[in-house]
Amino acid sequence: MKELEYPFDARYLIKKKKSLKRQLLASDTRFIDKKVAILGGSTTHDISAMIELFLLNFGIRPEIYESEYNQYWEDVMFDNPELLEFKPDIIYIHTTNRNLTFPSIGTKEEDVKVMLENDLNRFRAMWEKIDATYHCPVIQNNFEFPPYRILGNSDCYDVSGRTSYINSLNALFSQYARDHKDFYIEDIQYLSASYGLDAWADPLYWHMYKYALSMEAIPTLAYSVSCIIKSIYGKNKKVLTLDLDNTLWGGIVGDDGPENLAIGQETSMGQVYSEFQQYIKDHRDIGVILTVDSKNDHENAIAGLEHPDSTLSPDDFVVIKANWDPKSKNLVDTASELNLLPESFVFVDDNPAEREIIRAQVPGAAVPEIGNVEDYIRAIDHAGYFEVTNLSADDKKRNEMYKANAQRAALEATFSDYGQYLDSLEMTGVIKSFEPVFLDRIAQLTNKSNQFNLTTKRYSRADIEHVSESDEYIDIYGKLIDKFGDNGVVSVVIGHINGDVLDMDLWIMSCRVLKRDMEFAMMDGLVERAKGAGLSRIIGYYYPTAKNNMVRDFYDRMGFTKVSEDADGNTVWEFDLKKDYENQNHHIKVNA
Amino acid sequence: MTREEVYERLNAVFADVFDDDTLTVNDETTAADVDGWDSLVHITLIDAVEEEFDISFDMKTIVKLKNVGEMVDVILEEVG
Repeated sequence: MKELEYPFDARYLIKKKKSLKRQLLASDTRFIDKKVAILGGSTTHDISAMIELFLLNFGIRPEIYESEYNQYWEDVMFDNPELLEFKPDIIYIHTTNRNLTFPSIGTKEEDVKVMLENDLNRFRAMWEKIDATYHCPVIQNNFEFPPYRILGNSDCYDVSGRTSYINSLNALFSQYARDHKDFYIEDIQYLSASYGLDAWADPLYWHMYKYALSMEAIPTLAYSVSCIIKSIYGKNKKVLTLDLDNTLWGGIVGDDGPENLAIGQETSMGQVYSEFQQYIKDHRDIGVILTVDSKNDHENAIAGLEHPDSTLSPDDFVVIKANWDPKSKNLVDTASELNLLPESFVFVDDNPAEREIIRAQVPGAAVPEIGNVEDYIRAIDHAGYFEVTNLSADDKKRNEMYKANAQRAALEATFSDYGQYLDSLEMTGVIKSFEPVFLDRIAQLTNKSNQFNLTTKRYSRADIEHVSESDEYIDIYGKLIDKFGDNGVVSVVIGHINGDVLDMDLWIMSCRVLKRDMEFAMMDGLVERAKGAGLSRIIGYYYPTAKNNMVRDFYDRMGFTKVSEDADGNTVWEFDLKKDYENQNHHIKVNA
Repeated sequence: MTREEVYERLNAVFADVFDDDTLTVNDETTAADVDGWDSLVHITLIDAVEEEFDISFDMKTIVKLKNVGEMVDVILEEVG
């Protein structure tokens, strides 16, 4: 819904929240359901309402628990049957500088240190209790700057200054976040600065309603929390698709010639495009895939990107579509080549008419109103499309992986026999029970896989850890390496043991290794373990969603027999482990 | 702006905030008369009225408002 995309009209959202919610719930989105507990040190009513709207717009339907006013700490630390029964999937703790006690002026450094430690310990006790009791991710506010500074500018370096105190406490919170999994900071120190502190912390709202921020700032706060939540649950965008002329450089390469483009350090217009190119290029390091979608002759597009002052080069893009087809067609073709969904794309183009075409033709793709070139970065950045929650080593390599896929496709075309092609890839698989070093990636994969996903069950890092430690599960991951590179962990299979039956909870595979026989290698690994555990049957489940049609007959291909199918298309499959089993993978060398 | 014009726009604001197109208010209307008008929705309402008339209520005004009529008085005072 356009109204809920950045930059939103905060007052409009506040006024219309009821009818917006009604419309969102009535849409045909296949929502995922999540329970969100909001524990506040101030009023949270409208914060909760706004988080609900933004999450619905991201395809997440939240059930929300709100603590009583300023009971965030007590709600966690003392017996709380209501919250226990609620079973939160995620807990957001909204505290602000209104919840802190500051040193009085002149307090000695060692005494300030003690106060900081006490504050940290109070919060830490709560975070640890949550981890022990609820095993769920925590999102914690850090603190916004104080509304006034008795010590003026020296408030930030005098140890008894409030500004100094907040800087120190925020640094301690950040250190905790670095040291702990499933713990995320919502940086309201940054948000309030970016918003404007005076407008953010209007004292009227505190004294009238005990809101620690003004009503108009609430959507900004809520959007940021929602971005963290949608990122945790795999709803981030994955691809930046860029126009070229007047988007990545000033001028039109086909008309002006590459030598006359505005790019590089010689002119101010060149500099502003260079800064934008650097901003785009940095996205490679967080695992965002870059592609080009431009109306240009291909050779002109390449000539522009090979401009000696261009920060981006043709190599930075996984796919370059420079032709005269409609951009919507190019985008959809790119999505299908990469085995990604069009809704994973962010389309960046200076031309409003092109943006409108994508909006109309490719529902779900994000199309920011990027304004003028000097506004591009802010427009993309504040929208939070790629909010980083767990940066894995895989993320940094993602562009290379997709590029290697393109090379494989080129190789495939030279073989007439598909089996020969697979053999030529010299594939090695690693198929093992979950290992600590891969738990992040495994959790990430369970939240990102939509297409090759039989049950679409999502797991947090803590859930995966539990599965890995319990012996009631058979859990395996698969890694695939070939002569073009290491694809990393690409498949995860989880089943729980129920008597002499293995009930399949999850079977997922990354679409980047489709048609490589990896699923057969995983099946071989699963059967081996299930037989080893003395089980007699495996029961598989397929739950259809809008996106996982490709695995509708998956269990049939694996050798299962269909047991039942209901009116919604949910199917149940059975595999007899008593029968002899011959490994089905013949092209991947497996190291177990 | 006449009192009638203020009411016309005010009713639209109430309809938005309470998501009820049939809702109309008058001088005597108080929070007790409108389903769902609690202290939390009141905050949304004040904000929406401020936006509609491009005015800003100060604290001492907000705490004194007794009914919709008084709110309309303040609006007329502010917008002239």
